[in-house]
Amino acid sequence: MAGILSLTSFAPLIGVTAILLLRMFAKAEDAGTVTATKWITLLTTLVTLALSTLLVAKFDPSQAGFQFVEDKPWFAGLHYHMGIDGISVLFVLLTAFLLPICIIASWKSIETRVVEYMIAFLVLESLVIGVFCALDLLVFYLFFEAQLIPMFLIIGIWGGKRRVYAAFKFFLYTLLGSVLMLAAILAMIGIAHTSSIPELMTYKFSAGVQTWLWLAFFASFAVKMPMWPVHTWLPDAHVEAPTAGSVILAGILLKMGGYGFMRFSLPMFPHASLQFTPLIFALSVIAIVYTSLVAYRQTDMKKLIAYSSVAHMGFVTMGIFSGTLQGEQGALFQMLSHGLISGALFLCVGVVYDRMHTREIAFYGGVVKLMPIYAAVFMLFTMGNVGLPGTSGFVGEILTLTGTYGAATWPAIVGATGMILSAVYALTLYRRIVFGEITNPALSEITDIDGREILIFAPLIIGTLLLGLHPSVMFDITNASSQYLVDAFQAATGR
Amino acid sequence: MTAPTAQILSLPELILAFSAVALLIWGAFQKRPSILLSAAAVGALIAAAIVAATGPLGRAFDGGLIVDAGAVFSKVVIYLTSAVAIPLTDQWFKRRGVTRFEFPVLVILAALGMGMMVSAGDLIALYISIELQSLALYVLAASQTDNEKSSEAGLKYFVLGALSSGILLYGASLIYGFAGSTRFDLIAASMTNGAGPGALFGLVFLICGIAFKVSAAPFHMWTPDVYEGAPTPIVGFFAGAPKLAAMVLLARVLTEAFGGAVEQWRQVLVAMALISVGVGAFAGLAQKDLKRLWAYSSIAGIGYALTGLAAGGVAGIQSMLMFVVLYVVDVTGFFACLTALTRDGKPMQTFDDFAGLARERPAMAIALTFFALSALGLPPFSGLWAKYYVFKAALGAGLAPIAVAALVGSVVAAFYYLKLIKLMWFDPSPGPTDTPTRAASLVTYAAAFFAFPGVLVALIYLDPLAYAAAMALTAR
Repeated sequence: MAGILSLTSFAPLIGVTAILLLRMFAKAEDAGTVTATKWITLLTTLVTLALSTLLVAKFDPSQAGFQFVEDKPWFAGLHYHMGIDGISVLFVLLTAFLLPICIIASWKSIETRVVEYMIAFLVLESLVIGVFCALDLLVFYLFFEAQLIPMFLIIGIWGGKRRVYAAFKFFLYTLLGSVLMLAAILAMIGIAHTSSIPELMTYKFSAGVQTWLWLAFFASFAVKMPMWPVHTWLPDAHVEAPTAGSVILAGILLKMGGYGFMRFSLPMFPHASLQFTPLIFALSVIAIVYTSLVAYRQTDMKKLIAYSSVAHMGFVTMGIFSGTLQGEQGALFQMLSHGLISGALFLCVGVVYDRMHTREIAFYGGVVKLMPIYAAVFMLFTMGNVGLPGTSGFVGEILTLTGTYGAATWPAIVGATGMILSAVYALTLYRRIVFGEITNPALSEITDIDGREILIFAPLIIGTLLLGLHPSVMFDITNASSQYLVDAFQAATGR
Repeated sequence: MTAPTAQILSLPELILAFSAVALLIWGAFQKRPSILLSAAAVGALIAAAIVAATGPLGRAFDGGLIVDAGAVFSKVVIYLTSAVAIPLTDQWFKRRGVTRFEFPVLVILAALGMGMMVSAGDLIALYISIELQSLALYVLAASQTDNEKSSEAGLKYFVLGALSSGILLYGASLIYGFAGSTRFDLIAASMTNGAGPGALFGLVFLICGIAFKVSAAPFHMWTPDVYEGAPTPIVGFFAGAPKLAAMVLLARVLTEAFGGAVEQWRQVLVAMALISVGVGAFAGLAQKDLKRLWAYSSIAGIGYALTGLAAGGVAGIQSMLMFVVLYVVDVTGFFACLTALTRDGKPMQTFDDFAGLARERPAMAIALTFFALSALGLPPFSGLWAKYYVFKAALGAGLAPIAVAALVGSVVAAFYYLKLIKLMWFDPSPGPTDTPTRAASLVTYAAAFFAFPGVLVALIYLDPLAYAAAMALTAR
């Protein structure tokens, strides 16, 4: 199976090459070129999905270490080093799973510069998979940071009215965090004389150094996550991004923050992590309660879901830094589940936005009478967002809270109110859009979801219910690596 | 085996000097300017690069000429980028109906000066080589005689350059007075018990003089005006190679002659580096002209290179070399792109000219995006690797606060690079552009290909070369 990781990471780039070749011999504006581009893109993402499914199938869940490792020397002591373990393997699958959905979702709603759009998405997919596979600090940074470029273009070219503002805010916020991480990465290479992530996970930095390095990595991951109070770029970016851009952003890009905490902060700087746990708990709890309340007051559907993402990520950070097995497993689960549910919710917004071209909640009302299938689908994902037992949202939240309770009582108790608050804003949103009388005559034209849209939602529905009813399909894969992470953390901090 | 003679060691420079004279005579006697003359000039530069790369190492002229790995590495880069400048300049002037045979000759003379700079082992050689290089560049900057701004650029460049030469010469005379020699190794030998205040005083003047030439803040004032006014392909030429030459020269003076006074000169370099990064980042925000913007970008770039140099040691010098070499390729490509693009026969220079370029000329827009992202230091473009070396060296030398400050400066600068990308990709175009000139497009694409993905492979070969060069430059 050697080389399968590189193949999975770079498969989307093969699609990009094909599109570029096509573009050289045909005009980008031709209807034929556009259609061919769409099909090439879809096919590429499906091949990537097949490859990553194969990856998961061949993955040995009993091992905690890295698998499918590729390691080639590069220059100046750096290596092209790739590999996955139980923590990263499912993120690869999630990425490959969401991408075809994004492409189908954009099939009709993107009308201008389709060729560039598809290239941007394929490049983004390649980079995101690379982030989760990289085992060399510099290679990780390369993938992590480079995805700013396609995302900047996606928001800025195909976004809404304030797209330029949102794109700049997204870029500069993330960049500021990342340059501090770059400084930390260079410092680590200088101290430990290696850039290999597996080696650094066992390297013991002195306590003082850990504090600085932890803070630098925190700057980057907290912005990415995003944690309160550096979350303000997210609502803007979400609101302005096209639907598929929001799905990618909420579904995958945010997860890189949580992944980073689990891959770097916890195993490499355990003392600093323990030292800063109260800070993380405080910020997480504030995120859960405060952004839930903010979400309730929103008048824009996308903004509401964006704020709810911040609140849900609060559970993730809390779980990760609890340092318990339930916490880690719950955080991983919550991230995957949120990837499906928030992605689906943004798609639900996209469905009505494509028809009515507004995201104002007040514009809608009584949609259930005109769009019964849509109402049912939206209902399921709203329940997932609330964390209803039976959906995947429940498992993640309850586990992170249990794990946190094991480490600290108060944050878990206050955090638990988030489950109630999420019901408040999510159900209110649902009621105002779906139920009630049809007060807006413009709505009478609206049509229910068509076959293409059902095709988009079907895998997400299956995923949400499967994870909700049978969560062990995921836990079996992540268990060994999470256990290893927790054991190493507890051994290092003596907890 | 006998030591190589002075003639053999200086063969690349001799080739250039003789071909400059020969081409001048040829040009004076021919009736119409021909493409052959330019081709011969390019050939001479490439021949010089090959001879430099394959020739022997050693010292000649009583230590005044040093041919070591550092000099050879720099010479190859300098001669090749100078060779690129000739066809660009030719085509640019041809479009404007001007054809002069002097341009290739002046480029060769400037390249000769730069080649001597990186080999200089003596204060006299240092001064003469800098002057040879500068004089050729002054003329080139003013060469668009029907343009007021070009004349202004040339004059400004000349007056301020002359001032800096005076400062440099004053510093050199002080060092000579206190050390008793103009040779770098003898200067070092005279300071075995640490450098005295007099020599250090001279050194500060010397550093300031060179800082003028590399446009490090606070000696950068001439840069934006000269970049704006001078003909674009010429700017691409003197924004690249001369910086490498001057930085290598500075590295040699500091490590070979003043290696014992690291603590003293490091403070000066750190201060200049921080001011340069700050000026480059903040002053760049207010620019509306792309050439001026890149002037500030280059000021910030020199700030990073100085950070690497301030780190000192093999790692520091290597980082400076890597930074400047990667930067030279980028800046050459960037100005080649500006050379290639015109709208209704007028050069595209302001930000607004570039609106909607992604739809008009997608390939050019992608190339410009690559250069902007590279200058921003975003992976996987070459600029990131340039910064990677510099900051690794700075952190290794205990300059962590400076490294972090410079990195934060790069976030400020990110704003104007993003503004350019935003204009090209998000905004509608004001109108169609002319067909780009062929040579300039070719250089643009080649440099963009180097910025990504070429650099990822090139680094495997550049890294050991720059390391060997840094070893040679630090060896005493």
